[in-house]
Amino acid sequence: MRRFVLIAVPYFWLLALFLVPFVIVFKIALSDAALAIPPYMPTMKDGLSAMFSQLDFENFVFLTEDDLYWKAYLSSLRIAFISTVLTLLFGYPIAYAMARAPHEWRATLMMLIILPFWTSFLIRVYAWIGILSTEGLLNRFLFWIGAISEPLTILNTSTAVYIGIVYTYIPFMILPIYAALERLDASLIEAAEDLGCSRMKAFWLITIPLSKGGIVAGCFLVFIPALGEFVIPSLLGGSGTLMIGKVLFEEFFSNRDWPVASAVAVILLLILIVPIILFQRNEQRQQEAEG
Amino acid sequence: MVETVFAPWDDPNTAPLISFKNVTKRFGDFVAIDDLSLDIFEREFFALLGPSGCGKTTMMRMLAGFENPTSGSMSLSGRDIAGIPPNKRAVNMMFQSYALFPHLSVWENIAFGLRRDGVAKDVLNARVEEMLKLTRLEKFGRRKPHQISGGQRQRVALARSLAKAPKLLLLDEPLGALDKKLRQDTQFELMDIQEQTGTTFVIVTHDQEEAMTVASRVAVMDEGRIIQVATPEKIYEAPNSVYVADFIGDVNILTGPVKAVGADTYSLNFGGKEPVTAACDRTFTEGETTHLAIRPEKIGIHAERPDGSNAVQGKVLDIAYLGNLSTYHVQLPSGQIIKAQTANTRRISRRAFTWEDPVWVSWSATAGVLLDQ
Repeated sequence: MRRFVLIAVPYFWLLALFLVPFVIVFKIALSDAALAIPPYMPTMKDGLSAMFSQLDFENFVFLTEDDLYWKAYLSSLRIAFISTVLTLLFGYPIAYAMARAPHEWRATLMMLIILPFWTSFLIRVYAWIGILSTEGLLNRFLFWIGAISEPLTILNTSTAVYIGIVYTYIPFMILPIYAALERLDASLIEAAEDLGCSRMKAFWLITIPLSKGGIVAGCFLVFIPALGEFVIPSLLGGSGTLMIGKVLFEEFFSNRDWPVASAVAVILLLILIVPIILFQRNEQRQQEAEG
Repeated sequence: MVETVFAPWDDPNTAPLISFKNVTKRFGDFVAIDDLSLDIFEREFFALLGPSGCGKTTMMRMLAGFENPTSGSMSLSGRDIAGIPPNKRAVNMMFQSYALFPHLSVWENIAFGLRRDGVAKDVLNARVEEMLKLTRLEKFGRRKPHQISGGQRQRVALARSLAKAPKLLLLDEPLGALDKKLRQDTQFELMDIQEQTGTTFVIVTHDQEEAMTVASRVAVMDEGRIIQVATPEKIYEAPNSVYVADFIGDVNILTGPVKAVGADTYSLNFGGKEPVTAACDRTFTEGETTHLAIRPEKIGIHAERPDGSNAVQGKVLDIAYLGNLSTYHVQLPSGQIIKAQTANTRRISRRAFTWEDPVWVSWSATAGVLLDQ
């Protein structure tokens, strides 16, 4: 009985906060758009059997017919993948330097990584507009040091989106890698050098494999939210950047086509399930290796 | 057939394998190694012994190449090795924490160094198998380090550091993590392996018993200096200072002015009823304060005054029963405590002395060592 209660709590949690909302969204995805409140039909008001008989996969078929959608999915996957790689390239050296820093410094460095989170995410992304625009801080600075004579166009390009995503998500990359590197016994590197490795070789053969768990965790923590990102592409990316999060927003609020928006969301969720399961597996394997 | 004793340090013609000349190592203001000179010879099992912070680990790390001396020179086989990085030295180290690579199997751990040297595959396989056999780990080659016991991990670490057949193997507290019984067995295993491979071993330890058991010579260190380098017997029986006598084993120290009473014989007034006599081939000036160091097992304990050169009376203050031995703490009228040790050849119920018993403790003139510092 106690065991049942214990298991029931997380199951109830999942049911109430994940499965029920998902079923509702899925049901809307199978409905048709209508000029009504709510803007779709059929609803429960039509009676249960009438409601179920009118549901169909029309919206999903529509998604495959209009190439806007699959292009947006592909473009999102590409942007999420490239920004994950970029975040790793910038995040790893930072995490490494933090783990190698003197003990008394580490708490401060950690604070510096976490500190930006205390400011609103939206404000931080807006701040980048001020930095990246043609009249922005970056262009004025480059102009001032004489590096450029014509202002660079960064805002409203995918470069700005990459900058925004790397900036926003880099703590999620740094923290798990830092945790892995900090646990790493420094004598392992010395042992590798003692057995004939150069510093560089020891890094590739020992440090990288032993921080693999942190790298994989960090990559998923960046990739998964970046895939459905909406704020960064709409504020920094302009009209040129196609991302599924933005398409979803427009379907929902501009077109008021809830059923198609729901279908887009369901597909996005299905795409995300794959990396989420892989992430969970990695965490589990990590724990087993330590246990 | 004359069996030669292994003692290259007594032969002035033997070139040392390792030679420290006036080596000093500073970390900021802290002097870790203070103007130290030392020779270590091929095939030696050399122990660096001292309390923590005495500089023994720094010496080892300098030999491995992780630290460089601030001044002075260090050579290996006659070649100056200062500034040569660890991966370019024919020296391997067994780490205190073993530092086994957790993501590699036992087999891969042992093969790690050989792979870096680009050894041909069949040679590599044969060498790894040989090392596994030497350390009796044949069955564990495919396991990961966290899947084997502490004693087995210790042997993997040893096999890995020996695989490249280094000229010199450094062992940093190699048995520190093992329990006492396993440690004793492993000490003999280490000695066997050292003899079989003919490698020069330098071991760092704070456990004097371990140093005495395994080493051909022991260096006793304190505050970055070497106090004495000698064979275990000499260190124990003929320490050159009170520090060494006190650091190695148990010792009684009687302090007072000396007076010569004959050829190589002195009488020492330690504050008891009558002075004690001690034989010593060193010369002391009359009235010089000296210390007589006598090991507890060289002191007899008796009910009646025995015939012999030195005997003092006292009463039993404490008895430390160790099973095979008992140590009696005998308090003299002057308040000094003398420790006397006897082997328990009889069962405990028939022990001759008990607490508060008046007893005589005695020792011969040659039992102790007179020391000036």
